[in-house]
Amino acid sequence: MKVFQVLKPGFFTTVQDLGRFDYLRYGIPICGAMDSFSFIVANLLVGNHSNDAGLEMTLIGPELQALSEAQIAITGGTISPRINERDVPMWQTLSIQEDDVLSFGKMESGCRAYLSVRGGVNTPLVLGSRSTYVRGGFGGIDGRQVKSGDVVEGFGASPLMTEYVMPGEFVPQFMRNVKVRVILGPQADMFTEMGMETFLSSAYKVTLEADRMGYRLDGPEIEHKTRADIVSDALFPGSVQVPKNGKPIVIMRDAQTTGGYAKIAVVITADVSVLGQARPNDIVEFVKVTMHQAQEKLFEYRKLLESLERILAKE
Amino acid sequence: MKNETSIPARYLPFGDSALLVEFGNTIDPETNQKVISLDRMIQKTKIEGVEELVPTYRSLLIRYNPLKTDYETLVSHVKTLENTLKKAKLKTESRNIVIPVVYGGEYGPDLEYVAERHGLTREKVVELHSERQYRVYMIGFVAGFPYLGEVTDEISTPRLETPRLRVPAGSVGIAEKQTGVYPCEAPGGWRIIGKTPLKLFNPSWQPPTLLKPGDAVRFKPISETEFKVLVGGQ
Repeated sequence: MKVFQVLKPGFFTTVQDLGRFDYLRYGIPICGAMDSFSFIVANLLVGNHSNDAGLEMTLIGPELQALSEAQIAITGGTISPRINERDVPMWQTLSIQEDDVLSFGKMESGCRAYLSVRGGVNTPLVLGSRSTYVRGGFGGIDGRQVKSGDVVEGFGASPLMTEYVMPGEFVPQFMRNVKVRVILGPQADMFTEMGMETFLSSAYKVTLEADRMGYRLDGPEIEHKTRADIVSDALFPGSVQVPKNGKPIVIMRDAQTTGGYAKIAVVITADVSVLGQARPNDIVEFVKVTMHQAQEKLFEYRKLLESLERILAKE
Repeated sequence: MKNETSIPARYLPFGDSALLVEFGNTIDPETNQKVISLDRMIQKTKIEGVEELVPTYRSLLIRYNPLKTDYETLVSHVKTLENTLKKAKLKTESRNIVIPVVYGGEYGPDLEYVAERHGLTREKVVELHSERQYRVYMIGFVAGFPYLGEVTDEISTPRLETPRLRVPAGSVGIAEKQTGVYPCEAPGGWRIIGKTPLKLFNPSWQPPTLLKPGDAVRFKPISETEFKVLVGGQ
């Protein structure tokens, strides 16, 4: 079923789901929505499964013409959606008619917004996922960002009988200044005490080199004991690498799967989504937590998702 | 060298949902074999909560579901397996794979540099690169990229100072004592000495890569004509 025709692609719009798991050992990154929380909510608002594919839009949204009647939802960074020039709200179920044009304003907060379609976006399943892996050239629409003229296909599903709204208290606020929690290690012992102190007490600025692969940060140099290089080992979204120049790089979802710089810490799962909404010039501070605290946060996060599943569409 | 085997594995937390088991800090077949053996053993044992294993040169990343297990429980399970491994002296089968390569020219723009740097002829570099059997230490970087080791010191060459923005798929490169093949076009700083017509990665294969850690690889020099025939034949 044809859902949208792409009139303008936006800055960087890709098909994503929650990611491609089990293939890191073959050099294939996880990919998937950078802010998985907003992504899941977009799906719940149209009665989809959490993992159904949708569109991830970056900073500048696309312009899409509806090719059929559909129910959609828009979540994530504040992006002022419009249907035929009429402002429509985010974080709730919307109905769109054939020929309607969906467009977006400037993204005022956050970095990525999500568009879900009732039934989910239909692209071929590649290694268990529909997520676009641009460098590998597969997943999503031909392994690339969407471009003008593309037709976005959907699976289609019977319309929801009710429209849903995300309760305001659960809508995340995206700040220009974020604190992300980390668990130190695995190579924390390669840094001096002063280096560790610098890492945990400084404000780091997101540079222009910040994308789905990783975030290069700028700020006070983190001191290594002797060297910055390790025998290359596995990377995972949230890993904080510190190369010789002392400036941290946070690995994100499309990153290479192995790397040779010492990892000072790993961002906790619940906060990787928060970082996925950071944009150049935002400030990031790292806060150390214990494994136990991180797990508590993860349980809280799961509970929140479960309660949202109960409140939102269940059809 | 003997006592190196007695270095105990280190168990390190890797965020809130992964455990890293590190066997030393060197690139050598014995260390890598421990990683591969533990990887296979965990796959066979099916530990509750384990979701994904990533074997690399000298460590194994174990990604787990913290809702199904916790760090301490997992560490104790894996330690038990590691102990049986020490006693078992596990031998794992490895396969031999030949990778045809056309060396030099437009296919290997850095062959000349590698030869000059070491005062060798191009032919000698090709001979030295293709006469050895290499071990696949790990797959990483981009989809299906094999890290192979080790080339002889006579052709060991550091990476480019400024990496190329695009290295074509099939390119065979050297970085210090490592050699490898780019399965898809990617940016990269390895010294490119040749190109293979062989496909190393295809997302519709199961598994999606031709090579796996522990495999033995040899490069076989071919002519440009053979290269074109092989490319056409795919």
